[in-house]
Amino acid sequence: MTQSFKNIPIKTQPAPPLDDQDELYEVRKKIHPRAISGLFATWRWIAVWVTQLVFYGLPWLSWEGRPAVLFDLDARKFYIFDLIFWPQDFIYLALLLMLCAFGLFWWTAIAGRLWCGYACPQTVYTSIFLWIEAKVEGNHLARQKLDAAPMSGRKLRLRATKHAIWIAFSLWTGFTFVSYFTPLTDLFRESRHGGLGPWELFWICFYGFATYGNAGFLREQVCKYMCPYARFQGVMFDRDTLIISYDTERGEPRGGRKKSANPQELGLGSCVDCSICVQVCPTGIDIRNGLQSECIGCAACIDACDQVMEKMNYPKGLIRYTTENALEHRYAEDRFLSHILRPRIIIYTVILAVLVTSMVWTLATRNPLKVDVVRDRNALVRETVFGQENAYTLNLINTDDHEHLLMIKTEALPQAELLSDQALPVRVAAGSTQRLTLRVRTKGTLAQGSNPLIFVVQAVDQPTMQRREKTSFQAAR
Amino acid sequence: MSDFVHGFWSLYISIITIAGFIGLFILLLSQNKVKKAAGEQVKTMGHVWDGNLEEYNNPLPRWWMGLFLLTLVFGVVYLVLYPGLGSYKGVYGWSSSKAYEDEVKVADQQTAPLFAKYRAMPVEQLAKDPAAQQMGQRLFLTYCAQCHGSDARGAKGFPNLRDNDWLWGGEAKTIEETILHGRPPMDQDGKQEAVMRMPAWGQSLGDEKIKDVANYVVSLSRPAEADASRAARGKDVYNQNCAACHAANGKGTQAMGAPNLTDNTWLYGYKMEDIVLSITNGRGGLMPAQEKLLGKDKVHLLAAYVYGLPKDQ
Repeated sequence: MTQSFKNIPIKTQPAPPLDDQDELYEVRKKIHPRAISGLFATWRWIAVWVTQLVFYGLPWLSWEGRPAVLFDLDARKFYIFDLIFWPQDFIYLALLLMLCAFGLFWWTAIAGRLWCGYACPQTVYTSIFLWIEAKVEGNHLARQKLDAAPMSGRKLRLRATKHAIWIAFSLWTGFTFVSYFTPLTDLFRESRHGGLGPWELFWICFYGFATYGNAGFLREQVCKYMCPYARFQGVMFDRDTLIISYDTERGEPRGGRKKSANPQELGLGSCVDCSICVQVCPTGIDIRNGLQSECIGCAACIDACDQVMEKMNYPKGLIRYTTENALEHRYAEDRFLSHILRPRIIIYTVILAVLVTSMVWTLATRNPLKVDVVRDRNALVRETVFGQENAYTLNLINTDDHEHLLMIKTEALPQAELLSDQALPVRVAAGSTQRLTLRVRTKGTLAQGSNPLIFVVQAVDQPTMQRREKTSFQAAR
Repeated sequence: MSDFVHGFWSLYISIITIAGFIGLFILLLSQNKVKKAAGEQVKTMGHVWDGNLEEYNNPLPRWWMGLFLLTLVFGVVYLVLYPGLGSYKGVYGWSSSKAYEDEVKVADQQTAPLFAKYRAMPVEQLAKDPAAQQMGQRLFLTYCAQCHGSDARGAKGFPNLRDNDWLWGGEAKTIEETILHGRPPMDQDGKQEAVMRMPAWGQSLGDEKIKDVANYVVSLSRPAEADASRAARGKDVYNQNCAACHAANGKGTQAMGAPNLTDNTWLYGYKMEDIVLSITNGRGGLMPAQEKLLGKDKVHLLAAYVYGLPKDQ
């Protein structure tokens, strides 16, 4: 035995050359996704139209002589149709954000990245920009060719046209964005006279630039590297979540064949290895490698594969929306609905229901009267021949769109006598604040230090408009 | 950053900052290449979750490095232009206090025409101008409310400005002078004439006489609360010692800031023990002069506000 070893020809492997190194930073490979039509592409275009009609359309709507939606930062009032929000209503923004977050969790758990694939601004604007690009430069093959071609008059003309349209569209987007904060009519008047404010100009350019950069250049890189949702959506998935998946069992082994050939005789699966699913992918992945974090769930590969299956006269759905458990035959595919109600979904649904109800309820029973009571800290207590006095400043805020007469009285301190600098009841105009200086005077003995006191403010014309504000009365020793 | 006590700390900060820049830059470049054997796959970081979920050490995109380098460039430019390296002042010589002063200058320029308009109007007329009263109120809440209260009704030791009782006189001109020069008034050099205070009588009168005169003082406004026999004795003490300032009839002298003792207004408390305390220890209030802090224009508006305040009685 020892003899035979000597005869084994051992080839020494040359050591890898020292310069066999990879750069730690990867140059982006530009993706030219192939345009696709089909059921899910139609849904995406519907989402594009709906979201963009809302975004570009809302600033044009008028409501009672003002823009229907206006975030007036100067006046610190947010108008949304009939609702007027004041800084004190900030809680609604918190509620709204919680609603959005739990809504996202909820449908991510049910059906994966629906948001990313259909309604996310990154997807929507990329779709629009890609559409413009295709109109100007041609389909994905023409664009690849144009990329590789040396600079020429034609290339310059096409590129210039594309960027001009992109920039015009981006600036219009920026203009629309700013018109949520400055009424559109004002913006038009100002820009006609060349007098846009510096901040308005800045935000039009900034938002326009962001649109241009994100939808024109960064595209899938935002989803892959920057988007936080892409990072954490994985933890919301489970084995019953709808995902876009390639049916390996049915598809493999893949390979080309004639339409007339019987795949079973050739020992092949349904996948004809046409790679169209890869060509249409906006993030450049191959769905046949399984679920990947880069997959934004846009279902372009489903549309593409279904078209091919149709041409081959194979059943559709080699790539389809399915769940991991269904793929592994834990239950029949059409039994998906019976697995929707699982603890995670039930908890999300309950939280969502509570949030929606509380939001609707608080909005419906919103008290348009707000009262701030500020006890005067400058002079803690005054002792006069007439009794002890504390001074208070009441900020009466009428967020209603009608004027109100407000009556003020005190409770909880029986000896208290209310002295007002202004005549009571006090008149507060619609959507305005009235400052009222008041004194509370007590006769007789009081417990030294802090005594509870309640101000009751009530509209004379509308008794439900009432506020009870707790404060204190400081008594001297 | 120029407030370092010792030059060492300035140097310490600068060296750490600059070394950080250089260090990060070298680290970024030196880590740019990964040494791999031929054909070797990207290595994992050695972290595995759920049995098969592995973290790969995949390359970062190039633009990421570009952005990082850009932030380094931005930082260098920033440190050249602005103070950030110890006591180095930066090319612009920017400082927060200078920025504040510049803003104040701009604000003063903007408000100058408004003040000029009001300066020309007499206090009595300004007091009836709602816009001027609103400005006056804001000034009052900022500069005066600490002592006189938000509603200008004062507190113990700080006069009520909304009764009809004035220590130094309530004419428009007097009020403006009170605010400009303080009370007792300050002279040109900013020195207060300290003589004007209520002296302490405890030593020279003794307890009994002080009680007598206190009863007399109370009897001037509230006869029912005073001890009649003490008050009768106190009248002599009053005429000998107090009448010089508070006048024979107790109505006070505004030229000296000596209060009227016959009304219901009591700056230092209306109770017998408060009055005894005032006589024993004396009193000396001080209204600070505002001319240097606020300037004549603002004081003019403030005087109009105080003059125009609706009075309680």
